Amino acid sequence: LEGDRVDESKTIRVLYFAMLREQRGCREEEVSTTANNAGELYQDLCNRHGLTATPSSLRLAINDEFKEWQEPLKHGDVVTFIPPVAGG
Amino acid sequence: MFRISHVPIQPQALRAELADPRAGALVVFEGWVRNLNEGRKVRSLEYEAHESMAVKVAERIIGEAIEKHGAYRIAAVHRSGHLQIGDLAVWVGVISKHRGAAFDACEDVINRIKVDLPIWKKEFYEDGDSGWVNCERCAAAAAGSGHSHHHPHSHA
Repeated sequence: LEGDRVDESKTIRVLYFAMLREQRGCREEEVSTTANNAGELYQDLCNRHGLTATPSSLRLAINDEFKEWQEPLKHGDVVTFIPPVAGG
Repeated sequence: MFRISHVPIQPQALRAELADPRAGALVVFEGWVRNLNEGRKVRSLEYEAHESMAVKVAERIIGEAIEKHGAYRIAAVHRSGHLQIGDLAVWVGVISKHRGAAFDACEDVINRIKVDLPIWKKEFYEDGDSGWVNCERCAAAAAGSGHSHHHPHSHA
């Protein structure tokens, strides 16, 4: 499984919305990362860009489906960190 | 059917889309932009949607509601972009044979939209301040931006 190979760098497309978009200053970016799962990727992005939302306040989607933070990442995945929603 | 609309929602057109000779009931929920939230006077607001995911999530919600309540069809549209007080933010219409299924399915769909649709709302207040609803407390450091108020994490 690709997700188990710790040293391999993958390219992930990250989408930002709302508060996170404003903090990051863009709607999306391609990220080269060795993160094994989405939680590690978020920590990586916090370190790089100073995102302030705590993981416990966010949900997560991979390829437009809600997933858990431990979900392994594959090369080419589209990851969205989802701040509390307010539709309706 | 679900879509995100970047222009004003047209209820009459949606109603016509749902027309069905089998249906004895249409129940509609309209969500409007109101001028007060959490005790603060709201001047206008902005919706931002993760469109591809919102469509996917909403289609699943609609499919499950049709199945669970035995409705015939459901149409829903959510706005994105800048809205003024009184504007239509979301429209949900359900048709069914009798009214009970339509009432139940309509409430189910709007409740689940509020919990799971990746759509965010930024409010612009009369006092010139602004903030993402439900989000401001998520970021400890964001408190440094001058937001002394707070928005509870409610998913009512």
